[in-house]
Amino acid sequence: MDLVLMPFLEAMVRTATPLAFAALGELVAERSGVINIGLEGAIIAGCLGALVASGADSAGVGFAGAAAAGMFMTAIFAFFVVTLRTDQIITGTALTLLGLGATGTIHRLLHETGATRGLPTMASIPVPWLSEIPVIGPALFDQKLPTYALYAFVPLLAWWMQRTHAGLALRATGENPEAARAAGIATQRVRWSAILFSGLMGGLCGGTLVLAQVGSFNEGMSAGRGFIAISIVVLGRWTALGTAGAALVFGAAFALQYTFQALAWPVPYQAFLAFPYILTLVLLASLRGRAAAPAALGA
Amino acid sequence: MEALIALWDGAFGSAYAFWSATLVRATPLLLVGLAVALAFRAGVLNIGAEGQLLAGATAATAVALAAASLPRPLVIGAMIIAGVVAGALWAGIAAVLRRRFGVMEVISTIMLNFVALNLVSWVIRGPLQEPLRIYPQSATISASGRWPLLIEGQRLHLGFILAVACAAAAWWVLARTATGFRVRAVGAGTSAAASAGGIDTERTIMGVFLASGALAGLAGASEVGGITWALYEGISPGYGYTAIAVALLARLDARWVAASALFFGALEAGAASMQRRAGVPSVVVQVIVALVVLSVLALARWRAVAAERALVVRAEGL
Repeated sequence: MDLVLMPFLEAMVRTATPLAFAALGELVAERSGVINIGLEGAIIAGCLGALVASGADSAGVGFAGAAAAGMFMTAIFAFFVVTLRTDQIITGTALTLLGLGATGTIHRLLHETGATRGLPTMASIPVPWLSEIPVIGPALFDQKLPTYALYAFVPLLAWWMQRTHAGLALRATGENPEAARAAGIATQRVRWSAILFSGLMGGLCGGTLVLAQVGSFNEGMSAGRGFIAISIVVLGRWTALGTAGAALVFGAAFALQYTFQALAWPVPYQAFLAFPYILTLVLLASLRGRAAAPAALGA
Repeated sequence: MEALIALWDGAFGSAYAFWSATLVRATPLLLVGLAVALAFRAGVLNIGAEGQLLAGATAATAVALAAASLPRPLVIGAMIIAGVVAGALWAGIAAVLRRRFGVMEVISTIMLNFVALNLVSWVIRGPLQEPLRIYPQSATISASGRWPLLIEGQRLHLGFILAVACAAAAWWVLARTATGFRVRAVGAGTSAAASAGGIDTERTIMGVFLASGALAGLAGASEVGGITWALYEGISPGYGYTAIAVALLARLDARWVAASALFFGALEAGAASMQRRAGVPSVVVQVIVALVVLSVLALARWRAVAAERALVVRAEGL
């Protein structure tokens, strides 16, 4: 059993990591009242940004490049939806297309000059003592740096959103922008910052994929994670801890494919590849209440 | 410059380029563009035309292979019906999820695109795989399922006629019928349409969703019957996504969808030749698509702001 369960748990935490980055970014944007459907574009930009920047052969520079690329994409999004006040959904869709198209174009141009190569991925760092806990130890504490960064970041974000003045300004903007403005909150600036933050986190999601997991860039490798992240936020009821937990559920959905491959079940592998997307639909359908959503979301 | 010349040559440089590249690519774009325009008119954000197209292509292929021995008009008719029904059913999943469970169609249709991709990946390695079971594609459909060509020596096929007919029908229904009025009213505001107009908004939205999927499914059937004669991955180079730009550039007007489908068809055709001759990757089309959408949004916004200002100036003058 351990031969099945432990790799599954390890894969669950591993695949949940990039999803959690993206979903926590989306969470902050949504709490400011902006649904960032363009997150997918920021993620794929982060993937390419990581590849290009890691030419300086340090993972840190790679992550900086990923974050910058993600923020660049969402800066365009913020300019349109906050400053010009265009439709969030259609603008976000355009940003997703822009991200997928631009990264594909740039990557093929780079590839022609022979600049693309496989990257060494980051090594796992087992935490002394903790990684020796039976069953869950290796899954939780024999992971790579981005996963550990999230362990620190999730409670920090939860505290920041609930207990600080800036967090209150964020939530007020998402619940009732007019009232927030009347109370002296610069709602446009709050939304700009929240969107840029979602781009930063989307970029880090892409960076994690490339630098910690895949080790190369493939066109369209974001594979709908931006949209899944939006579903994760719904499942997590718009809280930081809930979002992190929901990311684990989707991590499990992605991890199932490895488990079922290992078990050699007589089911087409495409069924498992499609499973996370089907799960998204099922979970969204079973969570019909939008009561927990920020009141001004999308407006 | 060399790239631009290649772009022009690939789209309009010869009779073959126009009839066999530009119009051939404009055909599915017209159908999926109509699908998106119709949905957006009713406020249904169907961005899953890609998945609905794939569902239509899969069903049409299955029917063409199963009914190969029947007379040609019957096979082609069955392919059209299969494509339309499969596209409508695929969209119907998202429609039901929205109506019964309040799931945002933006997310559900995108998720269904990924499910459709995996479905195609499975059928071409499973039930519909070619007889030798080597290549990940379906068997080639026989002559009875191949759609008639419109011009000797060119690739333009029956699908083009169907697409133009659908555009005319969509324009007529939207502009001239009570159904079209209901669609436009629901798109302008569901609560007003329901309370003041006495419109069953849920039913209208459902109908629009299904019709939108049907158009996209027909595009899939048309690609299989007219161009590829087989099902494989990558049968659509993202037509379902380009459709969003096609529809928005046309400002959701069925007549203009025809013009903008021609524009993007030329762009796709030109991009292919640009890649062959100048080494510019054809995915650059997606970038252009995105920039078109963003420009349309910004322009519409500026126009609205200008109109507001004009109103304020007039009000102050009173």
